[in-house]
Formats: sequence, structure tokens, C-alpha cells
Amino acid sequence: MRRPISLYGLTFSLPLLIWQILFFVFPLLFLVALSFWRVRNFALQPAFDTVNWTTMYGRPVFWQAYGTTLALAAAASVLTSVLAFPAAYAMAFKLSDGLRRWAIFLMVIPFFTSYLVRVYSWQIFLSDNGIINVVLGWMGLGPFRMLNTVGATMVGYLTLSFPLVVLLQFFSLAAVDRTLVEAAHNMGCGRLRTVFAVIVPSARTGLVIAALFCFILSFGDFVSPIYLGGASPTTLSILITDTTKAGQQWPRAAVIALTMIGTLLAVAFAAVKFAYRSKQA
Amino acid sequence: MTTTRRTTAGLTRRGMLATGAAALAAPMLSRRAFAEPTKLTMLAWYGHAEPDIVAEFEAANNVKFVPKYYTGGGNMLALISQSPPGTFDIILSDAEYVQALHAAGYLEQLDPNDYPLDEFFPEFQRFPGNWADGKLFSIITRFGFLGVAYNTDALTEAEASTYNVFWNPKLKGKVGHFDWHLPNLGQISLLNGNANPYDIDETAWNAVKRKTLSLRPQIGGFFDYGGTFASLNNGQMLAFCGIGDWITGVLQKNGAKVRTAIPEEGGLQWSECFSIGKGSKKAELAKKWIQYITSARGQAKSAQMAAYPALIPNQKGWKVLQAENPAEAKRQGMTNEPGNVIDMIRAGRIKYRQWPVQQSLETWNDFWSEYKSA
Repeated sequence: MRRPISLYGLTFSLPLLIWQILFFVFPLLFLVALSFWRVRNFALQPAFDTVNWTTMYGRPVFWQAYGTTLALAAAASVLTSVLAFPAAYAMAFKLSDGLRRWAIFLMVIPFFTSYLVRVYSWQIFLSDNGIINVVLGWMGLGPFRMLNTVGATMVGYLTLSFPLVVLLQFFSLAAVDRTLVEAAHNMGCGRLRTVFAVIVPSARTGLVIAALFCFILSFGDFVSPIYLGGASPTTLSILITDTTKAGQQWPRAAVIALTMIGTLLAVAFAAVKFAYRSKQA
Repeated sequence: MTTTRRTTAGLTRRGMLATGAAALAAPMLSRRAFAEPTKLTMLAWYGHAEPDIVAEFEAANNVKFVPKYYTGGGNMLALISQSPPGTFDIILSDAEYVQALHAAGYLEQLDPNDYPLDEFFPEFQRFPGNWADGKLFSIITRFGFLGVAYNTDALTEAEASTYNVFWNPKLKGKVGHFDWHLPNLGQISLLNGNANPYDIDETAWNAVKRKTLSLRPQIGGFFDYGGTFASLNNGQMLAFCGIGDWITGVLQKNGAKVRTAIPEEGGLQWSECFSIGKGSKKAELAKKWIQYITSARGQAKSAQMAAYPALIPNQKGWKVLQAENPAEAKRQGMTNEPGNVIDMIRAGRIKYRQWPVQQSLETWNDFWSEYKSA
């Protein structure tokens, strides 16, 4: 039997619903409509024309940028998750309560500063005459080209999502049932095996969600590929700006944006399904 | 006998009342001085509504500029098309966009008699792009040249005297592009020997594409405004395609060892023009601003704009600049000596940056995206 909708329930659920409709559904519908509009004399004209879709999907550069963006975001997710895990593990299992609070505080602090500023500051470290190359020079090494490379873009992605991934992983690891860990030890399971056979499977949902957040943030990021990667190779976010730079081609930019949204939704659904299926298994 | 009550300060009660009344009435008498400043909206590149440029005009006319800065012509068109008519009283645009703005009906017609065009160098009195069907819609206010921007520690002036320097093996990975197709492809077109770099047939266009693609291995990155400044300043890039003194001039003033050379193949000219936005309710005040900034005094200020310096078309402005800041006049080549910037234009070494004539803007832009991904 279905429960009747109460005023109390509506009070708490309606704002979220209204918010989603106003700021997600409406803009999304507009973006879909925009992708079929035409541009005449630099002015947008409402229409239903598939030319923007056929043009964008017919351009090799679009698929090249799509593949690059997908690969970079996937690599960032794996790399960030792997690097964040030891930190999150230490916070969850090794640190005292006081140190854990400090560690959480330190992970939150980076969000106090603009991401753009943090990325710009990396230029001081990574440039040919930057701090890292100067230090390497003292050791008779280098200089190495680090700025305007894919590696530098990856550093930017880490800057963007590492603290968040650590925190999400930590919350997930902190919720792992300690008796399972103790049981594993009692049954002679080594430390490393306990981590991979007990802790990781128990915290998998959170670990996957953390990696998913990293993927989402990196996939749509514009700042790091531009300011650390030197806009090379082209990612989808860069292609959006390129597309609007000539002739007001916002409808074509909408095609790229919708493709990105579709990809993110597909990845998110797949990741969540994987995370929860694994949990049930 | 009348007695008057005096205060301890020696003032009578009547005197105090009179003084108080006068003090209270004073703002009413000089109401204008206390009136709220009139807000004048300006759509422009960054810097044009900053205090170093507008403070004097604001004080003299009780005006407060409300700037909306854009980051490129496309961005400017988007902002205008998404705003109701009359949103922007003053519009600054690059010359190549004026015709598009006019065609879309975004500009008010101007009366040439309102502006000191007779003080301009003859080349700028009927500047192409400012006029349509014999009617004036915009006034050129400043311009600059694009050539080979380079680090003076890495390259000599002789080396930078040709666009071929971008292919120099010692610059591998150290050549930067300002991320906009028009100036970059225009420069390659000049290098290919096209007298009108933007008016080229398909054969010449394909040659430009091939030549540009051959440069790709040399390229260290594609940069926006901020990135261009940073990468030239920190030595990450040693040469730059698609920019000019509007970037290197600012860096040079701050001690960076960079400059721009106009190579033997020629340079490109960018031009900024002021217009009055269609439907502006403050068109008179907007006109007054354009009169001010195109006057000799306004022009000298504009040439030294803190955000980025530029050349000016007003001959009397040159004189004011030479008197006020001879070093800057000399640095920019606005002197009376032979070989100055006007002589370069007259010698045919400078071509206007414009939209492609025989191909669409989109074609050039699409190729630029492909080039970046190559």
C-alpha cells in the first residue's frame, strides 16, 4: 500500500525538486534545444536543424579531443585514487583522534584558495626556470620540460581532486567494520592481504564514488589543460571555447557539452552500479 | 537697548543660526557637485575603463563608468546579443568586428563632424571598417602591430627579423601561440608571400595550412592573455606567434627581456574602435567620451594605458605624448624621425588584421582546432 504524501514530507522534498528542475532540468532542456539552433550573421536563431550534430560528430578533431579527455580523466581517477589511498588509510586506521582531526583540516584547507590560483602557482614550480628545475640543477640534472605537458595537466587534476578523494576515501574506510579486520588477522591474514581482501571490498562503494568524483572534475576541467598543459592536446572543454571563438557557434558548443553530460551520466551510472553490485556480491 | 546673548566661542545665537542654515543650504546651492554620478556602461577589452584612462573624464563630467570587460570578439558579440538594446552606452571593438556589429544593428550612426578626424593621420580619417554605405559607425582610437615577439636573451634582432625564426631548431618546444586563429594564420600567410594575407584563394589557403602544420613540432603551447604574459615573462616561451607590443610592451616596462620585431615579410595591424551602442539613453555623454578619448589629450593617455600600450591615430596626440613621455613615444615609434610607425604603414609593411575574404571565418577556426590537435 502506498503511503500518502504528507505536508511534512513535501516541506523537505519540494525545495530539492524545485532546485533540480530550475537549475538542472530547465538548463539541460535549453541546451538540447540550443544544439538544434542556427547561427546567422553571428546571431542565434531558434530552429530545428541537425547540422550542428552532424558537423561536430563528422569532425575527426572532435573524436580526437573526446578520446583524449576520456583517457586523461580515467588516468587522473586511477592515479589520484592510488595516491590518495595510503593517506586515507592512515587517517582511518593509523592516526590518533587528534592527528586525524588535523589531517582532515589539512585536506580541507586547499579549498580555501581558488583553484585557478593554485594552478598558477604550479607554474612557478614546473617551468623550465622554476623551483624544481633549479633544485635539479644543483644536483647536475635537467632542466626537464615539465610545464605545458600532459604530466603537468595531471598535476593540475591532482591539485583539483586529491583532497576531495582523500576525504571521501577516508569516510568510507572509517566506516569499515573493525571486527572484520580483526577476524582476518585472527585467521592469519597478513596486513597487505587484509587491505585488499577485506578493507578495500568493504569500502568499495566509497572508493568508487571518490574515483567517480575525480573523473567528473577532471573530465570537465578547463583550467589545468590550459594553464599547465599549454592547451595541448585539445580536450573537450578547450574545444568548446574554440568553437565559440569564431562565428558565435554556441549551438555546436552545446553539442559538445551535451556529449560530455551524456558521457558523465553513463560513467556515473556504470560506476554506481558497479560499486553497489560488488557490495551485494 | 538690545542685548545679544553670546556663546563662549564669541558667536551670537542669531549668528549661529545663520551659519547653520547656510551650511545646510550649501549642498542645495551646489547640488550638481553632490549629485550622484551618471553611470555610463562600457563594453570593452580590459583596461579601457580603469582609472588611469577614465578618472579625468569621470571627474570633469560627474560620470562613473561601469565596465563590462570581454576576452575576445566572439565573447563581445555574445554579450551584446544576449543583452537588451541600450545595455551598453559605449562599445569598444576590434575593427574587424565593427561591420558585424553594424550589420546586426547594434551601433548608432555617428556624425564625423563631432570628432577630431582632421587631426588624425590621413590613413585613419576614413578608416576601413568604421564606415558602411558612406555612414560612420565607429572611430578608431588606437592600434598596434603584430610581429615576432621574442626573448632578447635567446634571439637577436636579426634572427627575429623573419617569421622563419619560429622554425629555428633551438626554439623547439619554446614557440608559443596566442590562441586565436586570425593573427597566427595571418602571419603565416604573410610569410607565404601573400600580399593580402586574408584575401587568398584555395591554393594559397592550402599552402598556409601546410606551412602552419609544419610548425606544430616547434610549439610549446597555446595561450590565452594571462598565459601569454606568464610564459613570456618566465622564459618558458622564447618566441611568440600572433602577438605584438600590446603584450611585450607591458612586460618590457616591467623589466622583462622581450620585445616585438616587425619582420621583413611584414606585420599585421590590430585596431580598436569606439562606437555608441544602439538604444543608449546616454548617447550624448557617450559621444562626449569618444570626443575626449580621440582628442589629443585623451589619445596620449590611451597610448600609455597601463593594461596594454598602443599606437594612436591622432597626430596632435603624438605631440602631447612626445612632450609628456618622450621615452614611451620613442619606444613605440611615435616620433617624427624617419622609420616611425606611420612610415612603416606607408611603406606597405603593415596589413590590417581582418576576417578571411575567400574562406569563411569558421573554415579558418576549424583548421586552427585541427592544428592544435595535430
